[in-house]
Amino acid sequence: MMGVAYIKRSKTGRINIKIGNKVDYTLKAIIWFLGIVTVAAFLVFDYTGFHLTSALKETVANLQTMFLTPALTHFSWSEAFYQVGVTLALAVLSTVIGAVIAFFLALLSAENLSNQAVAKVIKTYVAFIRAVPTVLWVLIFAIAAGLGSTAAVLGMLFHSVAYLVKAFSESFEEVDKGVLEALRSTGAGWWQTVVHAVLPSTMTYLLSWTFLRFEINFSVAVAMGAAAGAGGIGFELFMASGFYFDLREVGFITYCILLVAIILEVASTQLKKRYFPSQQ
Amino acid sequence: MALLEIKALNKSYQSQHVLTNIDFTVETGEFLSVIGPSGAGKSTLLRCINRLVEADSGEIIFNGENILKLGRKSLRKERANIGMVFQHYNLVPRLTVIENVLHGRFGYKSTLQGMLGVFSEEEKERAFYLLEKLGIVEHAYKRCDQLSGGQQQRVGICRALIQDPKLILCDEPIASLDPHSSKVIMDYLKSITEELGITCIVNLHQVEVAQSYSNRIIGLNKGHLVFNGPNRQLDSHYIGEVYGMDTRELITV
Amino acid sequence: MLADQTRLSRKWQHIFLLIIVCCFTWIAIEMVQFDFYQSLLSIPTAGLWMIENLWITAETWREFPDIMLKLVETILMSVAATTIAAFISFFLGIAGSTTTRRNGLMAGLSRGIASVARNIPVVAWALILLLSFGQNSLTGFLALFVGTVGFLTRAFMESIDEVGLKSFEALTATGATYFQVIFKAVIPQALPQMLSWVLFMIETNIRSATLVGILTGTGIGYTFDLYYKTLNYEAVALVTLLIILTVIVIELTSNRIRKVIL
Repeated sequence: MMGVAYIKRSKTGRINIKIGNKVDYTLKAIIWFLGIVTVAAFLVFDYTGFHLTSALKETVANLQTMFLTPALTHFSWSEAFYQVGVTLALAVLSTVIGAVIAFFLALLSAENLSNQAVAKVIKTYVAFIRAVPTVLWVLIFAIAAGLGSTAAVLGMLFHSVAYLVKAFSESFEEVDKGVLEALRSTGAGWWQTVVHAVLPSTMTYLLSWTFLRFEINFSVAVAMGAAAGAGGIGFELFMASGFYFDLREVGFITYCILLVAIILEVASTQLKKRYFPSQQ
Repeated sequence: MALLEIKALNKSYQSQHVLTNIDFTVETGEFLSVIGPSGAGKSTLLRCINRLVEADSGEIIFNGENILKLGRKSLRKERANIGMVFQHYNLVPRLTVIENVLHGRFGYKSTLQGMLGVFSEEEKERAFYLLEKLGIVEHAYKRCDQLSGGQQQRVGICRALIQDPKLILCDEPIASLDPHSSKVIMDYLKSITEELGITCIVNLHQVEVAQSYSNRIIGLNKGHLVFNGPNRQLDSHYIGEVYGMDTRELITV
Repeated sequence: MLADQTRLSRKWQHIFLLIIVCCFTWIAIEMVQFDFYQSLLSIPTAGLWMIENLWITAETWREFPDIMLKLVETILMSVAATTIAAFISFFLGIAGSTTTRRNGLMAGLSRGIASVARNIPVVAWALILLLSFGQNSLTGFLALFVGTVGFLTRAFMESIDEVGLKSFEALTATGATYFQVIFKAVIPQALPQMLSWVLFMIETNIRSATLVGILTGTGIGYTFDLYYKTLNYEAVALVTLLIILTVIVIELTSNRIRKVIL
């Protein structure tokens, strides 16, 4: 039988059916690495004041109080509604201003539309900004601008711009080379190319990335309210849980946040379905 | 006794009839083609036979048993007796050719054996033998996504053959291939029937291929069986029946 | 003509959208009393302040071992939360994916769990868990874990749907059992994509861990908060720098891994 020549056997003489390659080794190595790090993590964790059984019992009881009997005690329905509005407003501002700034920076950092050196500089800078957690930006701005909405919007803006520049410039780079060349060959200037070739073919992507960032910014705004004094529903949550220890109010506020987040998520999937039906 | 007997088979998706009262039989060792325009229900018909799609009513007697009445365990056993070849090969692209071929043995293994990938030396040798038969043994340790379409389809055929099936269902096996590869694949399928005596049911949309390879042809149109007879009987009148009067001029084979 | 009409309606759609966005922005500005002028001014002020104050001095380096200890704790916490979440999401993803689901109830349940876990922000989880678990690493770990389960379950479902359907069908046709198909066809094919999501989540979680740390008093977030509140800005600079370095190193590493496995 001729096929025998191609059979590979292990040392014990059994026929191999796998042949090790770089990809498989890498996958295995990652899984082992993550497993070992996880075990190590549990060994070094700080367990101060932690008792598993009582903590679990307490959690179950707390969660029941929170989610089965939500109520407002320290403020009214209209106040809750208003605070959700404030959080949404922070998200809107940082997303809209961020998208406008990101649009221009992304044009400068797309390799097919801009100078290579400029693109490289912007991309590196943006990666650097993205690496700093939003809350640190907000706290740093708070020193200069004072705690409050201005610092929060500026801090969130930094991160939004960094995120959107990356997303936008990648969309721009996917624009068909032929289309750009065709327009340039007719003598169109840079702005004309952008308006007539780049924008029409990437508009839906830009909008969908922006909306996605809006979704993210909503939860960031909640976080900034809680951790950096930016106000809004996040701050109320922080007060209810850390100051008044009012479980039922925590439950109510969590429901508010969950409701808004789910509405945003549904809206974004609907938008995607409408504009990118092929991807569904 | 016929190998496969289909009686009054019906299937509809959301009140739209895909198959209506289909009746036909297939004898052991036949090479049967199913033709019809796209959307005629060819694919659904094939998938009803091994219950990848559940039929609404009717009977499918295979190997003396009514497939539609089988429980999970016996269905698994009968599925092992029916090989299937797909238009898009449906291999696991990241695994090696030999692993993909051995997937055909799962029907004979316990869940745990299968999950751990325990295969006997005989099974592996058989896999190599089949790969050699189909002329792709030198690719045995390559990942499937490195192979051409025609080569991948040959892996798909090996996977079906290692099941030791009594019947092979082929769903548009050459629809994604170039003419040369198509001929190679059809030749292999034909020789499987002639040399190994395995019955083949092949969905095709090229009438001329059906005519030159099969013993018998079945024509479907909008879920109705409109032709069932030896290939020489399929003349332009029947082709018109199968493909509809409007398209008659277009299919001047 | 028709093309012209659709283009025209597209144009109106865009103008309509622009007006809505402008309205919302205006309402938002009014609501939080956002001051454009002041914020424009504060950017250079903040920049100047950063240049003046955020200098890492020799004295700060004495804090280095303490900071590193907390940083390592944070990294371990993020990796552990992501890994264990990935393990749970793996099963939820299989139960919820359109390709591999077995019954509607399980699928609905796993999608529901994922949706709730994902849509309640990590901060809220941290505050909720803090009440019963107290100030320790586990609180932070659990907060990250819950959010990650939500995100990864959805990502895994998409990865499985993307690759699984064809080979799922083919192996079912050979008479393979459900678990054989899952472990021998679906998982081998979806694994690289799934691991790529896990790496992405580790990056994200290290950033979130800082935030969660500020609230739950653990890890690098707590260290940052401590220095920030005691006005020790040199140490704040050092902490920030180390976080940036960590995130960038992890991002570069996972990009390289992605290049190999995808």
